[in-house]
Amino acid sequence: MTHWIVAPVILPALGAPFIVLAARYHVGIQRVLSVAGVLALIAIALGLALHTSDGTVILYRMGDWAAPFGIVLVADRLSTLMVLLTSVLSLFVLLFAIGSGWDSRGRHFHALFQFQLMGLMGAFLTGDLFNLFVFFEVLLIASYGLMIHAGGNTRLKAGTQYVLFNLIASTLFLFALGSIYAETGTLNMADLANRAALVDPQETVGIRVAAVLLLLVFAIKAAVVPLHFWLPSSYAEAPAPVAALFAIMTKVGAYAIIRVYTLVFPPNMEATAGLYDLWLLPAALISVAIGMIGVLAAKRLDRLVAYSIIGSMGIVMVSIALFTPSGIAAALYYIVHSTLAGAALFLICDLVLVGRGSLDLKPRPPAAGNAATAALFFVGATAMVGLPPLSGFLGKLLVLDASFNSDLVVWIWAVILGSGLVSIVGFARAGSILFWKAHATKAEDDGVLLSPPATLSYVAVGGLIALMAGQTVFAGQIHGFATSMADQLFAPQPYISTVVETPGKLSAPAKGDH
Amino acid sequence: MELLVASAIGILTAGGLYLTLRLRTFPVILGISLLTYAVNVFLFTSGRLAIGAAPILRDGVSTYTDPLPQALVLTAIVISFGMSAVVVMIALGAFLGADDDHVDDLPDAETDSDQKGDEA
Repeated sequence: MTHWIVAPVILPALGAPFIVLAARYHVGIQRVLSVAGVLALIAIALGLALHTSDGTVILYRMGDWAAPFGIVLVADRLSTLMVLLTSVLSLFVLLFAIGSGWDSRGRHFHALFQFQLMGLMGAFLTGDLFNLFVFFEVLLIASYGLMIHAGGNTRLKAGTQYVLFNLIASTLFLFALGSIYAETGTLNMADLANRAALVDPQETVGIRVAAVLLLLVFAIKAAVVPLHFWLPSSYAEAPAPVAALFAIMTKVGAYAIIRVYTLVFPPNMEATAGLYDLWLLPAALISVAIGMIGVLAAKRLDRLVAYSIIGSMGIVMVSIALFTPSGIAAALYYIVHSTLAGAALFLICDLVLVGRGSLDLKPRPPAAGNAATAALFFVGATAMVGLPPLSGFLGKLLVLDASFNSDLVVWIWAVILGSGLVSIVGFARAGSILFWKAHATKAEDDGVLLSPPATLSYVAVGGLIALMAGQTVFAGQIHGFATSMADQLFAPQPYISTVVETPGKLSAPAKGDH
Repeated sequence: MELLVASAIGILTAGGLYLTLRLRTFPVILGISLLTYAVNVFLFTSGRLAIGAAPILRDGVSTYTDPLPQALVLTAIVISFGMSAVVVMIALGAFLGADDDHVDDLPDAETDSDQKGDEA
């Protein structure tokens, strides 16, 4: 069983070069290979998730080197959930890319897509901080390629900003890793958890700087205000399927914060006291507010969706910053919801663009495929703003419930509920301008009539929305699973001992075999 | 030697930050290169500074230097080199396409006017 952990990384890593080398000029073969790869990934992810669902921690040692010396991959409930979420999301995104023809507007979409998946899977599975950096770079360099897929001046310009911002974040990540290594002498997360607890309370300056730097890096990835500036234009200018896939990228930041700050710098640690409730929580609340105000202020649909991503990431971060088991459980439930809702909305943006020819929020005559797109937009927007009956409502309810014992409970309730109202107004305004006012607007020139989007595109968006509906119907089970995940995160001893104590090469001098 | 290395890192970082804030792609890319040099030296020192010490165990040697930071630096150099190449290509494409090398969104751009408002 253990070898299956590395499969989600290896499979796309082999698939991508194969697509480049063997099927370079045949988009049909590329599509088949890419979809087959993603289906296999889903099967593996399901297997891993089932295997870890009873609380086992699976360990994979690269080259059989024992933990602090070699690189390890670790799969527990949280990692496998994220792997499963990523692979399922990527299937629908891929179907949309095929249906809408986005993948044939440049030659290497499928190869880059597979490399992106490789980076994402690796980031979720690795148990080593430097390896996390490497996988971040893998997913980033693939995302640079995907971001500027199909070219165009505005896209290239947004791509430049995106790449530069992420390069600075990577540099910051290396500074954080350097300070952690200088302070503790290890970069393996489990080993680090043991050693960080041993740091003398009088001499925590170095480790505190490292913890804050690392939090900054992950906050950039998670687009927490004031580090969110890269997100709106890069997500809005990226091709729609890419933007939908990027919906999981902000969650990588959230995942890394949950992982590192429950394992290495737990909330009861003295050195990092105040980091969450004093800094992260207010920043997250401001993110919620800025994101939802951005929704109201946006003049284009793609920007509107990008800001709603910032807002929903804010809600995730509020829930994480509580750093209680119920808070983390609510955050995990909301992460799944927000990924699906964000991706669906970005895909709907493209449906609107194909049928209407423009994403400006100004009245235009009715577009091709208006009714179906409008219905999907209505459902997607309902989910995103958190109205009943969809999963967004339940997710927000869980977050509000989890924040009940916090000192800032009044602020949290006020900001989340107030910004919820603002975003409802924003989405309602966008929807009514796009779809309703269209009927009162006369067509100015009866020139080209745009054809409606392809059926497969609707299937992909419908699939994402069906998943959200499933998340609502099975909310009890999913929240129960999220709670068990949070319990596992707050009792990291089995994780640490599995990683540190499993024997491998170089493991124990006591063995006496060398 | 500690002072020399520390001040070198400091000066490289300061120069890199200054150039990064210049808002034209060429100085920004140069600035990021300087920052990556700074972080490479920084990573190198995270295993403590030792002169003329061997990184790999062998007979008859008593002082060693930590080999891991050297491996980390090697990885970081390769990655930052590749990333710099990518950003140069993308920035060049953007510059040649739009005949404009500003990194930030200009206020006159139609699509960005909404963004300015709430980020200010």
